[in-house]
Amino acid sequence: MNLHEFFNMGGYAVYVWSSYAIALVVLVANVLAPVRQRRKLLGQLARRQRRERRKP
Amino acid sequence: MLRFFHQLASPKHFYRIAGRWIPWLAAACTLLMLYGLYQGMVVAPTDYQQGDSYRIMFIHVPSAWMSLFIYVVMAAAGAVGLIWHMKLAEVIAISSAPIGASFTFLALITGSIWGKPMWGAWWVWDARLTAELILLFLYLGVMALYSAVEDKRTAARATAILAIVGVVNIPIIHYSVEWWNTLHQGPTVTKFGAPSIDLRMLIPLLVMAVAFKLFYLTVVLMRARVEVLARERNAQWVRELVDAP
Repeated sequence: MNLHEFFNMGGYAVYVWSSYAIALVVLVANVLAPVRQRRKLLGQLARRQRRERRKP
Repeated sequence: MLRFFHQLASPKHFYRIAGRWIPWLAAACTLLMLYGLYQGMVVAPTDYQQGDSYRIMFIHVPSAWMSLFIYVVMAAAGAVGLIWHMKLAEVIAISSAPIGASFTFLALITGSIWGKPMWGAWWVWDARLTAELILLFLYLGVMALYSAVEDKRTAARATAILAIVGVVNIPIIHYSVEWWNTLHQGPTVTKFGAPSIDLRMLIPLLVMAVAFKLFYLTVVLMRARVEVLARERNAQWVRELVDAP
Protein backbone atom coordinates (compact mmCIF):
# COMPACT_ATOMS: atom_id res chain seq x y z
CA MET A 1 0.00 0.00 0.00
CA ASN A 2 1.48 3.35 -0.99
CA LEU A 3 0.73 6.72 0.56
CA HIS A 4 -1.74 7.76 -2.12
CA GLU A 5 -3.79 4.60 -1.72
CA PHE A 6 -3.71 5.07 2.05
CA PHE A 7 -5.17 8.56 1.90
CA ASN A 8 -7.60 7.66 -0.87
CA MET A 9 -9.18 4.79 1.14
CA GLY A 10 -10.46 3.10 -2.03
CA GLY A 11 -12.55 6.15 -2.90
CA TYR A 12 -14.11 6.40 0.56
CA ALA A 13 -11.61 9.00 1.80
CA VAL A 14 -14.25 11.62 2.66
CA TYR A 15 -16.25 9.19 4.80
CA VAL A 16 -13.34 7.43 6.51
CA TRP A 17 -11.24 10.50 7.28
CA SER A 18 -14.15 12.66 8.40
CA SER A 19 -15.12 9.89 10.85
CA TYR A 20 -11.60 9.77 12.24
CA ALA A 21 -11.37 13.56 12.43
CA ILE A 22 -14.63 13.77 14.41
CA ALA A 23 -13.42 10.97 16.70
CA LEU A 24 -10.19 12.86 17.34
CA VAL A 25 -12.07 16.07 18.18
CA VAL A 26 -14.40 14.22 20.58
CA LEU A 27 -11.51 12.46 22.36
CA VAL A 28 -9.43 15.64 22.69
CA ALA A 29 -12.46 17.58 23.99
CA ASN A 30 -12.98 14.86 26.62
CA VAL A 31 -9.42 15.30 27.86
CA LEU A 32 -9.46 19.10 27.81
CA ALA A 33 -12.80 19.52 29.63
CA PRO A 34 -11.65 18.21 33.05
CA VAL A 35 -8.26 19.96 32.72
CA ARG A 36 -10.02 23.28 32.19
CA GLN A 37 -12.59 22.67 34.94
CA ARG A 38 -9.84 21.80 37.40
CA ARG A 39 -7.89 24.96 36.62
CA LYS A 40 -11.03 27.08 36.96
CA LEU A 41 -12.02 25.48 40.27
CA LEU A 42 -8.54 25.79 41.79
CA GLY A 43 -8.48 29.47 40.76
CA GLN A 44 -11.86 30.06 42.43
CA LEU A 45 -10.81 28.32 45.64
CA ALA A 46 -7.49 30.18 45.77
CA ARG A 47 -9.28 33.54 45.41
CA ARG A 48 -11.72 32.55 48.15
CA GLN A 49 -8.90 31.67 50.51
CA ARG A 50 -7.07 34.93 49.84
CA ARG A 51 -10.28 36.84 50.57
CA GLU A 52 -10.78 35.00 53.85
CA ARG A 53 -7.25 35.74 54.98
CA ARG A 54 -7.61 39.49 54.37
CA LYS A 55 -10.59 39.88 56.72
CA PRO A 56 -9.85 37.96 59.92
CA MET B 1 -6.89 -5.39 49.93
CA LEU B 2 -9.96 -4.39 51.91
CA ARG B 3 -8.01 -1.57 53.50
CA PHE B 4 -7.01 -0.41 50.03
CA PHE B 5 -10.64 -0.14 48.93
CA HIS B 6 -11.60 1.52 52.16
CA GLN B 7 -8.91 4.15 51.60
CA LEU B 8 -9.93 4.56 47.99
CA ALA B 9 -13.44 5.43 49.11
CA SER B 10 -12.18 8.38 51.13
CA PRO B 11 -12.15 11.46 48.87
CA LYS B 12 -8.69 12.58 49.92
CA HIS B 13 -7.06 9.24 49.15
CA PHE B 14 -9.02 8.82 45.97
CA TYR B 15 -7.79 12.20 44.76
CA ARG B 16 -4.19 11.25 45.45
CA ILE B 17 -4.31 7.66 44.11
CA ALA B 18 -6.24 8.62 40.96
CA GLY B 19 -3.73 11.38 40.31
CA ARG B 20 -0.97 8.81 40.41
CA TRP B 21 -2.74 6.39 38.05
CA ILE B 22 -3.87 8.84 35.38
CA PRO B 23 -0.51 9.32 33.58
CA TRP B 24 0.05 5.55 33.33
CA LEU B 25 -3.46 4.88 32.10
CA ALA B 26 -3.13 7.69 29.56
CA ALA B 27 0.20 6.31 28.31
CA ALA B 28 -1.16 2.76 27.97
CA CYS B 29 -4.25 4.09 26.18
CA THR B 30 -2.18 6.14 23.71
CA LEU B 31 0.16 3.25 22.88
CA LEU B 32 -2.71 0.80 22.36
CA MET B 33 -4.63 3.29 20.24
CA LEU B 34 -1.63 3.95 17.99
CA TYR B 35 -1.02 0.20 17.61
CA GLY B 36 -4.70 -0.46 16.90
CA LEU B 37 -4.87 2.34 14.33
CA TYR B 38 -1.75 1.08 12.56
CA GLN B 39 -3.14 -2.46 12.45
CA GLY B 40 -6.57 -1.23 11.37
CA MET B 41 -5.65 1.39 8.82
CA VAL B 42 -2.50 -0.15 7.28
CA VAL B 43 -2.26 -3.89 7.99
CA ALA B 44 -5.92 -4.99 7.79
CA PRO B 45 -7.00 -5.93 4.24
CA THR B 46 -9.73 -4.21 2.24
CA ASP B 47 -13.21 -5.71 2.74
CA TYR B 48 -14.51 -7.61 -0.30
CA GLN B 49 -17.99 -6.08 -0.01
CA GLN B 50 -17.54 -2.67 1.59
CA GLY B 51 -14.09 -1.72 0.27
CA ASP B 52 -12.14 0.53 2.60
CA SER B 53 -15.25 2.21 4.01
CA TYR B 54 -15.45 -0.57 6.62
CA ARG B 55 -12.40 0.99 8.36
CA ILE B 56 -14.87 3.34 10.05
CA MET B 57 -15.69 0.22 12.09
CA PHE B 58 -12.51 0.61 14.18
CA ILE B 59 -13.97 3.69 15.85
CA HIS B 60 -17.70 3.08 15.31
CA VAL B 61 -17.92 -0.32 17.01
CA PRO B 62 -15.71 0.46 20.06
CA SER B 63 -17.65 3.73 20.53
CA ALA B 64 -20.96 1.88 20.41
CA TRP B 65 -19.69 -0.73 22.89
CA MET B 66 -18.46 2.03 25.18
CA SER B 67 -21.79 3.85 25.00
CA LEU B 68 -23.47 0.75 26.49
CA PHE B 69 -20.63 -0.13 28.88
CA ILE B 70 -20.44 3.37 30.37
CA TYR B 71 -24.20 3.48 30.80
CA VAL B 72 -24.15 0.25 32.81
CA VAL B 73 -21.22 1.54 34.92
CA MET B 74 -23.07 4.81 35.49
CA ALA B 75 -26.29 3.07 36.56
CA ALA B 76 -24.41 0.57 38.77
CA ALA B 77 -22.38 3.32 40.45
CA GLY B 78 -25.58 5.32 40.86
CA ALA B 79 -27.23 2.33 42.55
CA VAL B 80 -24.26 1.85 44.90
CA GLY B 81 -24.43 5.54 45.80
CA LEU B 82 -28.16 5.28 46.37
CA ILE B 83 -28.04 2.16 48.54
CA TRP B 84 -24.84 2.61 50.57
CA HIS B 85 -24.63 6.41 50.40
CA MET B 86 -21.13 6.10 49.05
CA LYS B 87 -20.09 9.55 47.86
CA LEU B 88 -17.37 8.29 45.55
CA ALA B 89 -19.87 6.10 43.66
CA GLU B 90 -22.07 9.16 43.10
CA VAL B 91 -19.05 11.03 41.78
CA ILE B 92 -18.13 8.20 39.38
CA ALA B 93 -21.72 7.97 38.16
CA ILE B 94 -22.07 11.65 37.39
CA SER B 95 -18.57 11.90 35.91
CA SER B 96 -19.42 9.07 33.51
CA ALA B 97 -22.44 10.80 31.95
CA PRO B 98 -20.71 13.32 29.64
CA ILE B 99 -18.15 10.71 28.52
CA GLY B 100 -20.89 8.20 27.76
CA ALA B 101 -22.83 10.88 25.90
CA SER B 102 -19.81 11.71 23.76
CA PHE B 103 -19.22 8.04 22.86
CA THR B 104 -22.92 7.66 21.99
CA PHE B 105 -22.66 10.75 19.81
CA LEU B 106 -19.54 9.32 18.18
CA ALA B 107 -21.23 5.97 17.52
CA LEU B 108 -24.23 7.73 15.95
CA ILE B 109 -22.26 10.16 13.82
CA THR B 110 -19.71 7.63 12.53
CA GLY B 111 -22.57 5.20 11.87
CA SER B 112 -24.30 7.89 9.90
CA ILE B 113 -21.17 8.63 7.87
CA TRP B 114 -20.70 4.90 7.27
CA GLY B 115 -24.38 4.46 6.39
CA LYS B 116 -24.34 7.05 3.62
CA PRO B 117 -22.07 5.14 1.19
CA MET B 118 -23.26 1.66 2.30
CA TRP B 119 -27.04 2.07 2.74
CA GLY B 120 -27.46 5.24 0.68
CA ALA B 121 -28.90 7.19 3.62
CA TRP B 122 -27.46 9.21 6.50
CA TRP B 123 -30.21 8.07 8.81
CA VAL B 124 -32.99 5.48 8.89
CA TRP B 125 -35.47 4.88 11.70
CA ASP B 126 -34.09 1.43 12.25
CA ALA B 127 -34.56 -0.24 15.66
CA ARG B 128 -30.91 -0.14 16.64
CA LEU B 129 -30.32 3.42 15.48
CA THR B 130 -33.44 4.67 17.23
CA ALA B 131 -32.58 2.89 20.48
CA GLU B 132 -29.05 4.35 20.39
CA LEU B 133 -30.51 7.82 19.85
CA ILE B 134 -32.71 7.29 22.92
CA LEU B 135 -29.53 6.36 24.82
CA LEU B 136 -28.05 9.73 23.88
CA PHE B 137 -31.17 11.47 25.23
CA LEU B 138 -30.91 9.43 28.45
CA TYR B 139 -27.34 10.62 28.96
CA LEU B 140 -28.32 14.22 28.23
CA GLY B 141 -31.27 13.85 30.61
CA VAL B 142 -28.99 12.62 33.39
CA MET B 143 -26.61 15.56 32.85
CA ALA B 144 -29.44 18.12 32.70
CA LEU B 145 -31.11 16.75 35.84
CA TYR B 146 -27.85 16.79 37.79
CA SER B 147 -27.06 20.38 36.89
CA ALA B 148 -30.66 21.52 37.51
CA VAL B 149 -30.72 20.47 41.19
CA GLU B 150 -28.78 22.81 43.46
CA ASP B 151 -27.92 20.38 46.27
CA LYS B 152 -25.45 17.93 44.74
CA ARG B 153 -26.34 14.97 46.96
CA THR B 154 -30.04 15.27 46.15
CA ALA B 155 -29.11 15.72 42.49
CA ALA B 156 -26.99 12.54 42.59
CA ARG B 157 -29.89 10.53 44.04
CA ALA B 158 -32.35 11.82 41.43
CA THR B 159 -30.00 11.15 38.54
CA ALA B 160 -29.18 7.66 39.87
CA ILE B 161 -32.88 6.76 39.71
CA LEU B 162 -33.19 8.09 36.17
CA ALA B 163 -30.05 6.18 35.13
CA ILE B 164 -31.30 2.93 36.67
CA VAL B 165 -34.69 3.19 34.95
CA GLY B 166 -32.92 3.83 31.65
CA VAL B 167 -31.01 0.55 31.88
CA VAL B 168 -34.05 -1.09 30.25
CA ASN B 169 -32.81 0.44 26.99
CA ILE B 170 -29.48 -1.44 27.08
CA PRO B 171 -30.74 -4.96 26.22
CA ILE B 172 -33.04 -3.37 23.65
CA ILE B 173 -30.03 -1.89 21.86
CA HIS B 174 -28.02 -5.08 22.16
CA TYR B 175 -30.72 -7.44 20.87
CA SER B 176 -32.39 -5.00 18.47
CA VAL B 177 -30.62 -6.55 15.47
CA GLU B 178 -32.02 -9.96 16.40
CA TRP B 179 -35.52 -9.02 17.59
CA TRP B 180 -36.35 -6.81 14.65
CA ASN B 181 -35.57 -7.01 10.99
CA THR B 182 -33.10 -4.15 10.89
CA LEU B 183 -30.99 -2.55 8.22
CA HIS B 184 -28.16 -2.49 10.73
CA GLN B 185 -26.09 -5.64 10.31
CA GLY B 186 -26.17 -8.42 12.89
CA PRO B 187 -23.41 -9.19 15.37
CA THR B 188 -20.15 -10.49 13.93
CA VAL B 189 -17.94 -10.63 16.99
CA THR B 190 -20.11 -11.72 19.92
CA LYS B 191 -22.12 -14.43 18.20
CA PHE B 192 -21.53 -18.01 19.23
CA GLY B 193 -18.91 -20.07 17.46
CA ALA B 194 -16.15 -18.50 15.43
CA PRO B 195 -16.57 -14.79 14.71
CA SER B 196 -17.24 -14.25 11.02
CA ILE B 197 -14.48 -11.70 10.59
CA ASP B 198 -10.90 -11.87 9.33
CA LEU B 199 -8.38 -12.07 12.16
CA ARG B 200 -6.46 -9.10 10.73
CA MET B 201 -9.64 -7.03 11.13
CA LEU B 202 -10.68 -8.56 14.47
CA ILE B 203 -7.37 -7.87 16.25
CA PRO B 204 -7.32 -4.08 15.62
CA LEU B 205 -11.01 -3.95 16.53
CA LEU B 206 -10.38 -5.58 19.89
CA VAL B 207 -7.24 -3.50 20.49
CA MET B 208 -9.23 -0.33 19.83
CA ALA B 209 -11.98 -1.57 22.15
CA VAL B 210 -9.47 -2.02 24.99
CA ALA B 211 -7.88 1.37 24.16
CA PHE B 212 -11.31 3.05 24.38
CA LYS B 213 -11.92 1.38 27.75
CA LEU B 214 -8.61 2.75 29.01
CA PHE B 215 -9.55 6.15 27.61
CA TYR B 216 -12.80 6.10 29.57
CA LEU B 217 -10.95 5.04 32.72
CA THR B 218 -8.44 7.86 32.32
CA VAL B 219 -11.00 10.56 31.61
CA VAL B 220 -13.52 9.43 34.23
CA LEU B 221 -10.80 9.59 36.90
CA MET B 222 -9.83 13.10 35.71
CA ARG B 223 -13.45 14.25 35.92
CA ALA B 224 -14.04 12.50 39.24
CA ARG B 225 -11.01 14.27 40.76
CA VAL B 226 -12.43 17.68 39.84
CA GLU B 227 -15.86 16.70 41.17
CA VAL B 228 -14.29 15.50 44.44
CA LEU B 229 -12.43 18.81 44.81
CA ALA B 230 -15.62 20.77 44.19
CA ARG B 231 -17.62 18.76 46.71
CA GLU B 232 -14.90 18.83 49.37
CA ARG B 233 -14.07 22.50 48.87
CA ASN B 234 -14.44 23.21 52.59
CA ALA B 235 -12.34 20.28 53.78
CA GLN B 236 -8.97 20.96 55.34
CA TRP B 237 -7.03 18.87 52.80
CA VAL B 238 -8.50 20.84 49.87
CA ARG B 239 -7.56 24.13 51.56
CA GLU B 240 -4.01 22.89 51.98
CA LEU B 241 -3.94 21.69 48.37
CA VAL B 242 -5.11 25.07 47.10
CA ASP B 243 -2.41 26.84 49.11
CA ALA B 244 0.35 24.59 47.81
CA PRO B 245 -0.72 22.95 44.54
